Amino acid sequence: MIHVYGAALLALLVSMFLFLGRAALGPTVYDRLLATNAFGTKTVIFVALLGFFAGRPEFLDMALVYALINFVTTVAVLKLVQEARLDR
Amino acid sequence: MSQLIVYGLLLLCLLTAVAIVRLRNLFAAVILMGIYSLVMAMIWTAMQALDVAFTEAAVGAGISTILMIGALVHTGSKEKVREKERRGPHWPSFITVVLTGALLIYGTFDMPALGDPNARVHQGVAAYYKSQESQHRTHAPNTVTAVLASYRGFDTMFETAVIFVAGAGMILLLRREETDDDETPDDEALAGAPPVEGEAAA
Repeated sequence: MIHVYGAALLALLVSMFLFLGRAALGPTVYDRLLATNAFGTKTVIFVALLGFFAGRPEFLDMALVYALINFVTTVAVLKLVQEARLDR
Repeated sequence: MSQLIVYGLLLLCLLTAVAIVRLRNLFAAVILMGIYSLVMAMIWTAMQALDVAFTEAAVGAGISTILMIGALVHTGSKEKVREKERRGPHWPSFITVVLTGALLIYGTFDMPALGDPNARVHQGVAAYYKSQESQHRTHAPNTVTAVLASYRGFDTMFETAVIFVAGAGMILLLRREETDDDETPDDEALAGAPPVEGEAAA
């Protein structure tokens, strides 16, 4: 079972390289936003999987907090893109 | 396989850092700095340092990205390239940086292996912190709790006081004052509208 977790982690790593490429190259703002949001989601899954891979399933709590941080950051960036200001 | 994952993460980290330096679009650089923090948080998690990973994700990917974007609102989102930089690297600084990096890497050869129980840092007070006597004295089942709340009690107490004062100060500074001229129609906040002076500070 642990090999399944390891293989899933490696697959996630490969997808992270692709998202990094999109965030760095992406011609429009929305490409970059989507890439960074997807990268955050991958982080959540990565931390959760890493918990099971390392035999410490309580990493799931960390994954939840990462999901919250990812959401707040994406909302802040979207507010900037839409309104060019943050204080409302 | 665990090694492979850590190396993959480190490579990701390196590529992100290079991309941040090379990019001239500041918005993309801010976005990549958020990604860099997430990668670092994953590396800390892979090294079982959950508390460090937590701080890295909350401060690096959360707060500092938002602050950077707040700064970006007041500046342009494109970096000006000076004529000097187009001609290539500044060789004396480049050589200094490479030499310093090589020296630091040479220094790591003397370091003990990762997680080595016989390393020097684990021979001092750490052995006492983990001992039965320490547990008997502090009544804390967790070593980290014993160190933070008991042995470094004053340190932790004043740290908490500093955070409390900072939080109270932020609440006082950022509170919304109830005045009559606060009713700005929402239509003014169209895309690309510059921030209204004075109101942004309220």
